[in-house]
Amino acid sequence: MDSIAGIEIYPIISLLIFFLFFVVLFYWVITAKKDYITTVSNLPLDDNDNDTIL
Amino acid sequence: MEMQQFYYDNKIVKKFLYATIVFGVVGMLVGLLLAFMFLFPNLTDGISWLSFGRLRPLHTNAVIFAFVGNAIFAGVYYSTQRLLKARMFSDFLSNLNFWGWQLIIIGAAITLPLGYSTSKEYAELEWPFDIAIALIWVAFGINLIGTMIKRRQRHLYVAIWFYIATFVTVAVLHIFNSLALPVSFTGMKSYSVYAGVQDALVQWWYGHNAVAFFLTTPFLGLMYYFVPKAANRPVYSYRLSIVHFWSLIFIYIWAGPHHLLYTALPEWAQHLGVAFSIMLLMPSWGGMINGLLTLRGAWDKVRTDPVLKFMVVAITGYGMATFEGPMLSLKNVNAIAHYTDWIIAHVHVGALAWNGFLAFGMIYWLIPRLFKSKLYSIGLANVHFWIGTLGILLYALPMYVAGFAQASMWKQFNPDGTLVYGNFLETVTEIMPMYWMRAIGGTLYLIGMLILVYNVIMTVVKSEHKVTDELAEAPALQRVSKRRVAGEGWHTWLERKPVLLTIYATIAILIGGIVQIVPTLVVKSNIPTISSVQPYTPLELEGRDLYIREGCVGCHSQMIRPFRSEVERYGEYSKAGEFVYDHPFLWGSKRTGPDLHRIGGKYSDNWHFNHMYDPQSTSSGSIMPSYKWLIVGKGSKLDKSITKEKMEVMVTLGVPYSEEDIANAQASMSEQGTQIEKNLYSDPDFVASYEADKAAGGEDFVEMRDREIVAMIAYLQRLGTDIKVKDRNNKTTQN
Repeated sequence: MDSIAGIEIYPIISLLIFFLFFVVLFYWVITAKKDYITTVSNLPLDDNDNDTIL
Repeated sequence: MEMQQFYYDNKIVKKFLYATIVFGVVGMLVGLLLAFMFLFPNLTDGISWLSFGRLRPLHTNAVIFAFVGNAIFAGVYYSTQRLLKARMFSDFLSNLNFWGWQLIIIGAAITLPLGYSTSKEYAELEWPFDIAIALIWVAFGINLIGTMIKRRQRHLYVAIWFYIATFVTVAVLHIFNSLALPVSFTGMKSYSVYAGVQDALVQWWYGHNAVAFFLTTPFLGLMYYFVPKAANRPVYSYRLSIVHFWSLIFIYIWAGPHHLLYTALPEWAQHLGVAFSIMLLMPSWGGMINGLLTLRGAWDKVRTDPVLKFMVVAITGYGMATFEGPMLSLKNVNAIAHYTDWIIAHVHVGALAWNGFLAFGMIYWLIPRLFKSKLYSIGLANVHFWIGTLGILLYALPMYVAGFAQASMWKQFNPDGTLVYGNFLETVTEIMPMYWMRAIGGTLYLIGMLILVYNVIMTVVKSEHKVTDELAEAPALQRVSKRRVAGEGWHTWLERKPVLLTIYATIAILIGGIVQIVPTLVVKSNIPTISSVQPYTPLELEGRDLYIREGCVGCHSQMIRPFRSEVERYGEYSKAGEFVYDHPFLWGSKRTGPDLHRIGGKYSDNWHFNHMYDPQSTSSGSIMPSYKWLIVGKGSKLDKSITKEKMEVMVTLGVPYSEEDIANAQASMSEQGTQIEKNLYSDPDFVASYEADKAAGGEDFVEMRDREIVAMIAYLQRLGTDIKVKDRNNKTTQN
């Protein structure tokens, strides 16, 4: 591994990719609109096949 | 807004459900047979295609790809249509997906027992099947993405994301791991393009992610759809499910090297695998908590509804397995657990509880709805639940005990520095009671499955309805600007763009793969070469192919870890440079029998001969089956017809056989075979029985030097000897 030129930068890049990935993810999740969350989370229940089998 | 009418395709769901049930029974039945072979090793004595080594891949493939695979398709085809408010993109592709998949399964059920195997775990099927799987999988992908494009629901629910990630990642994994060169286009035999350490890394990158993206992500998608359905309330936290999805697929792909701790894999790759495996605990438990808390305020229903009971145990099993996984990735825990039955317990908690029980819950929920009737018997479903749960416990707990007990015995030293249990067999006979309990646990689980079969059949028979396509209506999607509209979040915008979402998911999973795999493939210094390591002789190469055919790798590792206890037991620990000509690698993942990496020169040729003919004769109480078909009968004649082609393929892959080596292959095999035959003559018993056979003669008589056993002995005597050449010469004189 040491034989690759500029290998020192790799761990830094990896860490940055990793960190930014989660920053963006959490930013989006936290700022998501309540309306949207409610609508989407109810999508599976839109159908009329929820009657009981019991 | 104009309402459009369309029909959901229910028949395809029904077909996949039936296939799930049928192959569930088959896969579990084969597993149970294998469990009983631990207790009665000669259960299928003399029948090559029913031997343990050949049936093990059949069991794993049947459960993963036939049982769980068909359950995935059933659930995906049901939920995708409803979540996207559209019929599947193409009926032709749906049916191609179904029939193609079943044909591959049947092909696997025929070829694996016949010994056509690459030996790479969960990827044992040979190259024609690999191509067929890729085609059918792409048909599934086009069908899925096509449905998304013609959908009538703007938002893509989180379950759909999990399906997309499944499609993309399994495609990438399957293609890269299956890269192999066929020996000829008319035969089944192929060799992995990777060798040794590289092959191991790619294989476990695949193997681990087969668990991640075949047994986990699609089932999480099913969980996010069917648990809210069964509980009749939305998922606990949709925000959490978004974090769950992105962090899970981003992190999972890195964790593969934890299957290779303390092996000859470069240390940096091992550590990377460990770090990401620990992190994986977070998204996994986030998902489990999200699933369980969906039942908030509905726990009273869990008392009465068997569907929810199955789902709760499934999610709990997911939580246990995904806690255990990161723990097993710690090097100190792995040092104990690896190669033992602890791993068997771990995978079965995942398979029996998480995959099995979620599939059962889904089946009990879907069948009455598809047939527009009530479930035949709630009572029987409850019986199934309890007997199945008991089965899981009786399976897993004894295997944990067996794993701990055996690992401790392997590592136990006397004060004078010798091993307390120097004979490997002692550590096996010690855990036989655990194998008994496991077989009983497996039997209970299968009985539960048969109860499900009966319940489903009765529900279908009693129903007055046939499964018909279901009428639905929804307005068509309005065209929206390609850009983000005012006030729209970027992920909301992304969800309008399924193709873009697919691409981002692909990038998320490729990052980990590229960082791990590429350096190992391109940086030569990661695999130090050893000058004394030479390619196998033609006869050894043929012997190695027999070792692969018989599935020896299912019970014997070829990887001695650098522990005092292992070096004492087996010899010098394994080095990366010793495997550079191993296409494919044969490190194994379980030691039901001892490691074989330094077996070469340890015993005489006669010992191996007698051991393969009747293992109990050389090792009393051994649970290894006999391999008589390598030794006697017409089928024992070694097929030397494609040795030349095999060597040529090896040359293409970088193994330095000279043209002379290839030209002299037949003569070399004959010479080495004759030498082994001569060695065998040192045993008077052998001489008596062989000469008698020879005298009896007949057309079927095969010279010993031409039999498969001789190639097998040649290979076994070669194993691990490259870096102890001096010792080897001393040993052969002792033989």
